[in-house]
Amino acid sequence: MQLLFESLFNGVAIGSVLLIAALGLAIVFGLMGVINLAHGELIMLGAYTTYVVQLIFKLPAMQPLYSFYVLVAIPIAFITSGVVGILLERTVIRRLYGNPLETLLATWGVSLILQQFVRSVPLAQAAGLVLALALGFSLPLLLPQKLLQGSRNRLIRFGSWCLSALVGVLFASILGSQISRIARATSRNVDVTAPKWMRGGIEWMDLTFPVPRLVIIVITIVAVLGVTWFLNRSVWGMRIRAVTQNRSMSDCLGIPTDTVDVLTFGIGSGLAGVAGVAVSLLGSVGPNVGTSYIVGCFMVVVLGGVGNLLGTVIASFAIGLLTDLIGAGRLITIWPDMPAPLERVVQFFATTSMAQVMVFALIVVFLQFRPSGLFPQKGRMVEA
Amino acid sequence: MFESFTTRTKQRFCWPQLLLWVVVIAVIVAAPVVLPVFRLNLLGRFLSLAIVALGIDLIWGFTGLLSLGQGIFFAVGGYAAAMYLQLNSSEGQPNGIPEFFSLYGVDRLPFFWEPFHNPVFTLIAIWFVPALLAAVLGNMVFRNRIKGVYFSILTQAALLVFFNFFNGQQKLINGTNGLKTDVTQLFGQMIGSPEMQRGFFWLTCLMVFLTWFFVRWVVRGRFGDVLIAIRDDEPRLRFTGFNPTLFKTIVFAIAGGLAGIGGALFTVQSGIVSPQYMAVPFSIEMVIWVAVGGRGTLVGAIFGAVAIMYTKSLVSEAWPQGWLFIQGGLFILVVTALPEGVIGWLKSDGPRNLLSRIGFVRPIGTYPQLEMDGQDEVQT
Repeated sequence: MQLLFESLFNGVAIGSVLLIAALGLAIVFGLMGVINLAHGELIMLGAYTTYVVQLIFKLPAMQPLYSFYVLVAIPIAFITSGVVGILLERTVIRRLYGNPLETLLATWGVSLILQQFVRSVPLAQAAGLVLALALGFSLPLLLPQKLLQGSRNRLIRFGSWCLSALVGVLFASILGSQISRIARATSRNVDVTAPKWMRGGIEWMDLTFPVPRLVIIVITIVAVLGVTWFLNRSVWGMRIRAVTQNRSMSDCLGIPTDTVDVLTFGIGSGLAGVAGVAVSLLGSVGPNVGTSYIVGCFMVVVLGGVGNLLGTVIASFAIGLLTDLIGAGRLITIWPDMPAPLERVVQFFATTSMAQVMVFALIVVFLQFRPSGLFPQKGRMVEA
Repeated sequence: MFESFTTRTKQRFCWPQLLLWVVVIAVIVAAPVVLPVFRLNLLGRFLSLAIVALGIDLIWGFTGLLSLGQGIFFAVGGYAAAMYLQLNSSEGQPNGIPEFFSLYGVDRLPFFWEPFHNPVFTLIAIWFVPALLAAVLGNMVFRNRIKGVYFSILTQAALLVFFNFFNGQQKLINGTNGLKTDVTQLFGQMIGSPEMQRGFFWLTCLMVFLTWFFVRWVVRGRFGDVLIAIRDDEPRLRFTGFNPTLFKTIVFAIAGGLAGIGGALFTVQSGIVSPQYMAVPFSIEMVIWVAVGGRGTLVGAIFGAVAIMYTKSLVSEAWPQGWLFIQGGLFILVVTALPEGVIGWLKSDGPRNLLSRIGFVRPIGTYPQLEMDGQDEVQT
């Protein structure tokens, strides 16, 4: 019984990290057909945001609120990654819709640039840049619509960009002068220390549940519920689904497909940022933290069936449970007197990386029988 | 975009082409004399990567299969060569097996090493094992009509599987450390010696030419027609009675075999083969060589591999941080602005169009060619 609970918990913990990382990808890939290989780097940006937020809360003025910095980091990470995602969509991906292979190559280029960016640009300046971008994108939306009409439009947009650039520079210099650790560029990994209440574990029935894992599970549940509600119950969610199903018809019916694209991509990227917060709680944060997640995320999405949130959820928990079952060698504990050759095989795969080998191989075998995942999209097209 | 390859007009003998050949051969003859050994070695490595690029061009440029897992076949070819070299020069070692085994307390050669005592077997294994592997992997995917992006993602996952597997097997193939070849012996000489390296450079040049002729022969025949048909409209080809799975498997196997040959040549010139050859970024980099050079143009693949790798080594020496920025920029640029690649752009009157856009050459008022009519419809 104890074994069952332990195994279940570990599996769910691994699965929930996968799920929160893959959730944004499921939206971007499933709804827009964009292969975003920069998704891992958006996760990395979220993790770095957590680090910066943590340092800000360490300042004397913010010290009393330090224990809540994780809660503040979540929305900020969402915005950071979302803004970078929107920038990416506006500049590159917009030209490549309907051409997944091209998006794959272009976003890989973006991911390389982002990796080098965090290595060679001080985090303070990066934070300033993100703030400037966020303001620049949102200022025109805050102004009354009347102001933006006519010939003043261009002038006002230009002015708002100038203003946000100024704010960004100011913010960057203040951050840099206050916190010396992010004033200089570094390619070394950084560590996010959890606040006091998040250390240790909760004991229940002779088992210890580490609190960071529990926090990640809670974040994941909230995120999945939020996305489900947004897509199925809100007006914009309905528009997103409409554009996914039939773009030209939605356009004819007056849905602003351009805005929908930006919004979808922004939300997908923002969720990557939230995943970054979760990832930063698990280990040290470095420029390469994203690359270790990206392939797993794609496997989750493909296994679950593209464009299906429920499939993504089930697939990630299935992968998590399987990884734990194989990687921790639990089969031997369950069945102690198994035949020797079989035991040797099980031992062979009982490490984290070999478990990944096994799980991926199993997924490929599974796709032999269900080529389009657990929940395939129904349709009559030749091109499945 | 690609019609210059579907038309099969007999080309007339022309001077510029002959001149180009003369220049290429002159460069190859002159390179070992002019270049220092270090640079020559680099050029030889990049030319062996060009063989891999030709394979990728065959499956991506002509058949439309974007594989992100060519590193598997590349590394397997390299391992095959390295295993033979290790065995060949382990006479004096304890137990007569390569030295690294003693680090992990292995005193018997693993079974799959045994056949690599034989040089003929090794020469065949270098291309046959990767090709077989590619055929099996490819067939599993193609049989289910998994294609497009899903194929790319699955090849990438397969790459990661192999990477993890090779990384973890210290007792079988020395894991992360890889197999060294530069201190091993062949024909009684050190592999790392300048004379041997020069020999390998010639061999690589020869192999690039042979590969180029082979791939050209493949894509210009009826087989090549089927490949292009798969790329352009696979369901239609199926309805006409062809079996795309078979053709895709064969062409994927060919590309795998070419990657294996390239990997073996690369290994003997770089002096080591390690699981890093299967790293995810490296395999994607291979794709960008073809994309920059021009997919669907064979010269483009060779040009792209050599040019990009040479630029990479020059930039990394001068400005180590800058290469990732440049590489990332290249990806974006090629996809958004130059989808035909450099050679494709040159072939499709790119310079003329650019000049006429700037205003140097006046655009022609009438249709230059009838074939350009309705080009867009054919493309989609």
